[in-house]
Amino acid sequence: MSSDVAGRRDSTRLSMLRGVVGSWEFALLVILAVTLVGSELWVDNFANTITVTFLLLDVVPIALMATALTLVVITGEIDLSVASMLGLTSAVMGQLWFSGMTLEFAIVLCILLGAVLGAVNGLFVAGLGLPSLAVTIGTLALYRGLSYVVLGDRAVADFPFDWTDRAISTIGGTGVPVAVIPTVALAILFGITLHSTPIGRALFAMGNNEDTARFSGISVAWTKFWLFVASGVMSSLAGVFWTFRYASARADNGFGLELAVVAAVLLGGVSIFGGRGSLFGVLTAVVLLATLQRTLQLASVTDEVLNLVTGSLLILSVVVPNIVQMINDRIRRPGAPVPEAAP
Amino acid sequence: MTSDSPGESGTAPLLTLTEVHKTFGAVRALRGVDLALYSGEAHALVGENGAGKSTLVKILAGAHRPDDGDMSLDGKPLALSGPADARDAGIAVIYQEPTLFPDLSVAENIFMGRQPQRRLRRIDGQAMHRQCADLFDRLGVSLDPHRPARGLSIADQQLVEIAKALSFDARILIMDEPTAALSGVEVERLFAVVRSLCDAGSAVLFVSHRLDEVFELCKRVTVLRDGAWVSTDPTADLTPDQVIRRMVGREVSAMYPKQDATIGDPVLEVRDLARLGAFEDISFSVRSGEIVALAGLVGAGRSEVARAIFGVDRYDRGSVLVNGKRLSAGRPAAAMKAGLALVPEDRRQQGLVMELSVERNANLTHRWALSRFGWLSRRTERASARQWTDLLRVKTSTVTAPVSTLSGGNQQKTVLAKWLATEPQVLIVDEPTRGIDVGTKAEVHRLLSELAGRGVAVLMVSSELPEVLGMADRVLVMHEGRLTGEIDRSEADEESVMFAATGRQEAAS
Amino acid sequence: MSATRVDPPRETAREQSAPSSTARAARYLMVVRELGVLAVLLLLILITYATNSRFLSEQSVRDLLLGAAILVILAVGQTLVIVTRNVDLSVGSLVGLIAFGTGKLLLEYPGAPIIVAILAGMLAGAFFGALNGALVALAKVPALVITLGTLYIYRSIDHLWASGQQINAADMPAGFLDFGRSAGILGIPWLAWIALIVVAVATFYMRSYRSGRELYAIGSDPDAARLSGIPSGRRVFGVFAINGALAGLAGVLYAARYGTLDATVGTGLELEVVAAAVIGGVAIFGGSGTVYGAALGALLLTTIDSALPVLRVDAFWQQAFVGALILAAIGFDRLLSVRLARRMKSRRTHVV
Repeated sequence: MSSDVAGRRDSTRLSMLRGVVGSWEFALLVILAVTLVGSELWVDNFANTITVTFLLLDVVPIALMATALTLVVITGEIDLSVASMLGLTSAVMGQLWFSGMTLEFAIVLCILLGAVLGAVNGLFVAGLGLPSLAVTIGTLALYRGLSYVVLGDRAVADFPFDWTDRAISTIGGTGVPVAVIPTVALAILFGITLHSTPIGRALFAMGNNEDTARFSGISVAWTKFWLFVASGVMSSLAGVFWTFRYASARADNGFGLELAVVAAVLLGGVSIFGGRGSLFGVLTAVVLLATLQRTLQLASVTDEVLNLVTGSLLILSVVVPNIVQMINDRIRRPGAPVPEAAP
Repeated sequence: MTSDSPGESGTAPLLTLTEVHKTFGAVRALRGVDLALYSGEAHALVGENGAGKSTLVKILAGAHRPDDGDMSLDGKPLALSGPADARDAGIAVIYQEPTLFPDLSVAENIFMGRQPQRRLRRIDGQAMHRQCADLFDRLGVSLDPHRPARGLSIADQQLVEIAKALSFDARILIMDEPTAALSGVEVERLFAVVRSLCDAGSAVLFVSHRLDEVFELCKRVTVLRDGAWVSTDPTADLTPDQVIRRMVGREVSAMYPKQDATIGDPVLEVRDLARLGAFEDISFSVRSGEIVALAGLVGAGRSEVARAIFGVDRYDRGSVLVNGKRLSAGRPAAAMKAGLALVPEDRRQQGLVMELSVERNANLTHRWALSRFGWLSRRTERASARQWTDLLRVKTSTVTAPVSTLSGGNQQKTVLAKWLATEPQVLIVDEPTRGIDVGTKAEVHRLLSELAGRGVAVLMVSSELPEVLGMADRVLVMHEGRLTGEIDRSEADEESVMFAATGRQEAAS
Repeated sequence: MSATRVDPPRETAREQSAPSSTARAARYLMVVRELGVLAVLLLLILITYATNSRFLSEQSVRDLLLGAAILVILAVGQTLVIVTRNVDLSVGSLVGLIAFGTGKLLLEYPGAPIIVAILAGMLAGAFFGALNGALVALAKVPALVITLGTLYIYRSIDHLWASGQQINAADMPAGFLDFGRSAGILGIPWLAWIALIVVAVATFYMRSYRSGRELYAIGSDPDAARLSGIPSGRRVFGVFAINGALAGLAGVLYAARYGTLDATVGTGLELEVVAAAVIGGVAIFGGSGTVYGAALGALLLTTIDSALPVLRVDAFWQQAFVGALILAAIGFDRLLSVRLARRMKSRRTHVV
C-alpha cells in the first residue's frame, strides 16, 4: 500500500542497467581491442615500443586521478579540482626546488600538500555540507589561481636528470614505463577496497541512499572527507609525475585536464548519480582514450578529432543504455521482473 | 459481481470501475475489480499488501491505464491518458507522503501551473494569495499562504494537498493511507474536512489499514484480496473482524501474541535527555526482556528521542547509558558497538537502500563482522543473507533481487533482519508495522515478543493504540516533547494513554 | 473516537492574510542575498575608486560595462538552466563557435545588417542548445554529462572549422566593430543595453509567468513537478534552447567587441558563468535564485578583473580570488538556509 511516488529507479531498469554495466566493461574492452587492432593495421609506427611508452606515460596521471575520482563519484560527489591540484603541486614543487630545497623533501611536502588540498575540499563538502559541484568549481579556480601566485609566468625546468629519467624509464625492452607499476598497484588497492571490502559496500550504500547509510552506522561525513583527501593525494602524485615527465614545473600544468578525467570516469560506466560503477571499467576507458589520442596523433589527424570522439563517446555512453531501456519497456517481455515495487 | 445498494437517494454512482484488469509482467495486480463511488459519501478500500489497492488508486489517478475493463464518470465512459486527464475529470489523489515544492510558497504550490493572471498573462500574486487564504478558511487551517513549503509537518502538507484538490474543484477525492502519519487530533481535523467535502457533494475513496477509522468515517467498504474484488457492503452491516476475515481469507489468530518474558535488569537508561525544540527532561529505562512502548501523537517527539538515543541526531543535555556505561552521543557506530539497534520510521528512506539487493541490504550493518582481514567473500555474504531472510521468512525470489521488488511487509522484515544480525541487546523499533498487511504485522509482533523472551530490551515507538496496548509491558507517553505518563500494562487502556498523549490530566486515577 | 464534528478554531481573516513572520523572514533572507552581492560590488568599486579615481572615468566604466555584458547575458541563460536542476557546460564552446561563425559570415557578407548577424547567431545558438535539451529531456540523461560531451564536440567543430586560421579585427566591417565598442543612448554602450534588456525580460518572465514559475518547481522537486502535470520535458528542452540562443547572442557580441577571433575564444568561459550564477545566489541544485542575482554576480566578477590591476594586486591573484569568492558565496548561502530552516521548524504551524 505504500503509495510510492513514481520513482526513476525501478527494478527492471536496475537489472537491465546492471546487465549493461556488467557488460559495459566488456563493451569497452571490445572497443579498446578494436581500436588497438585498427591502429596497428592502418597507422604506421603504431605497434612499437615507443608508442606503448608514450601511451602509458599519458595514461599514468589520468589513471591516478581517475582512480580516486571513481570512488568519489560513486558516493555521489564530484571533484573538479583534480587538475588544479596537479598544477598547484607542480608549481609548489618547482618553487621549492628553485629555492634550494632537496628534491626528496620537496616531493614529500608536495604530497602532503595534496592531502591538505583534498582536505579543504572534504571540509567544505563533508564538514559544511556544501554541494561538491559548486565547491570544487571554487577550488578549481582557487588552486589554479594559487599556482599562478606561486610560480607566475615562470617555468622551473632544471630538475636533476636522474629524477626525470626515472619518470620516463621503461622496464627492460617492453616499453612499459616503470611508473606504471605503482599506478597499477594503487589502482588494484582502490579497486579491491571498492569492490570487495566493507568500506566499498559502505560507499555504494552511501551513493544510493545517504540517510540509510547514516542510520546503518556508516560515518558518511568522515568517509567522504577521506575520499577527498585521497583524491588530493592522487592528484599530487600525478602532479609530481607530470613535472618530472615533462621536466618542467609550470602554473598551467594540467590545465583543463579535469574534463578528461571526469570523461574517463563517466565513460567507464560510473553513474554520475552515484551508487554504481567499477574501477576496471574506468581504467579501461582511460587506456581507450589515451590510445585514441596516440592513434590520431600518429595518423597526423588533429587533436580536435579526439575531442570530437571523446565527446561523442561520452554522450553515447549515457544515452544508449537509456534508449535500450526505453525500447525494452515498450517490448514488454512476459516474465520480466515487475517494473515497480509490489504494493 | 457488481456492487449492490445504490446511493442514498437511489442515484447513479458518480464514478464506476467495471471488471478492471491490470498486469505488470508476471504479476496480475488487478483481476476484474468493480468499484462504484457515490457523491456525498466516503467509501473505504481495504485489503492486505499486494491486494491491489495501490494499483487501483494509480489507475484512478491516471498514472496507469487498465489493461481491460471500463471506467465511467457521470455515466459517460472515461479514459485517462495521464494524471492531467484525471485532474480535468475532477479526480484528486492525496498520497500518504505528499510531495510539495520546498522552495516555493504554499500558495504557489497549490496554484502551480494555474496561477490567476492579470493583463498580458502576468501572474496575479495578490489574487493567488487571497484565493489560497480562502481555501484555507474553508478547511479551517491556519497556514500562511506566503510561507515556503519547506519545513511543514506531514499533517500540514496533506492539508495543502487537500486545498490543492479543492482548488481543482475535485469531485472525487482519493486518500491513500492519509492517517498513517497522523494521529489523534490531526485525524479528527482531517475527518472534519472530509465530512464537509462529502456534505458538499464530493465522493471520497478512503484507502486505509486502520479499520477503526474506516468504520468511523466511511459509509461503505470494499474489500480486495490478491487483486480480486471480494465484497462491497455498508459499514453498518459489518464488523471489523468480518472485514479482516475477508481481507485475509482465513481466520486470524490472536493479533498480538505476547509471550511472557522474564524481565531482568535495566539495559538502556536515558537520563534527562533534551534537545532544543524537540524534547526535554526525558528519563526512562528499559530492562532486558521488557517491551516498552513510547506512545503519543505525531509530533510529540518520540522518533526524535529514538534517533537521539541511537546517535543519528544529537542531543543538547543528558546522557544515555547502556549496561551502566555512558554512550557517546551522535555516533550510531558507537551505539551499535554498545549493542543498540534502530529500525527507523521510514523504511524506504532510512531503513533500506532501495537500489541494492536484499543481500546487500541485509548485510550492511554487520559487513565488518562478515569480512576477514578486510576481505569480503561473495559466498559468506550470500550465506549470511540467506540465513537471515530464511529466519524471518522474507518472501523474495532470490537474495540478489533488488529490495524494491519486495512488498512493504517483506521490506520491513528485511530491515529487521539487517538489525537482528547485529545481535543487539537493545532493539529500538519506530513504527514497526506501519503500512504493513495484517499477516506480516502478526509476524512482526510475534518476532518482537520472541526477542523479548530471549532477553532483548525492546523500545517500541508506535502510534497505533491497539499495538501499544497489546504488546507493551510498560507504556511511556510523550506529549509536546515531554514524558507525560508511565503506565504499567495492567493499568493501560485507551483512555489513560490518550489522556497523557494529549496532555490532559487524568480524570480519575 | 468521538462521532461529533470537531470544528478547529479559525483564525481571523486578518491574521491569515498578513504574512506570518516566518514567511517574512524567508523573503527577507532571499532578498538580502542579492543585496549582499550588490553591497560587495559597491564596496569594491568604492575601494578601487578611492585608490585611483580614474577607475570610474567614462572610458573605464564603458570598458567595464562592455566586458560585463557578455558574461551577464550568459549568466542569465545559465540561471534558467540551473534553476531547473541542470547545468550547461557547453556554453563556452558555443560562444567560440558562434563568434567565429559570425566573423566568417561578416567576411563573406560585409554589408549584412547587424541585426541579421545577431539573429543568425541566436538561431544557430538555439539549434545547438536544443540539441543539448533534446538529449537531456528525451533521453533523461543528466545534463552534466551531456553538456560535458557537447562541450568537447562543439569545441572540436570550432577548431576544425577554424583550422588554425584567425580572423583579424582589421578585416571585419567597421560598423559592426563600432556597434561592439561604442556608446549608444545615454552614453551607455549598446552591448550593455542589450544585456540590460535581456536581464529585465528574463527577470520579468521568471517572476510573473506561469512557465517561469514552473522552472522553479522542476528544480525544487522534479518528481513532484512531473506528478503535478508540469510538462518538464518540454520546459527543460525550452530552457536549453533559450540558453543556446543567449550563448549565440553572446557569441555575436563577442565578435563585435573584440573583432579578432580564433578557435580558442570562449575556452573556460563556462566555469566563469557558473561561478557568476553561484556567487549571485543561484542554488546549484535548482529551485531558487534569481536572474538579477546572477547578473550581479557576473558584474562583480568582471569588476574584480578590472579592479585588481588598479589595486596593484598581481593579476595572478585574480583567479584565486574568484575561487575564494565562490566558496564564500556557497558557504554563506548554506548558513542562510540553515538559519531559515531552523526558524521554520521551531514554529508549530498547525493548531492542535
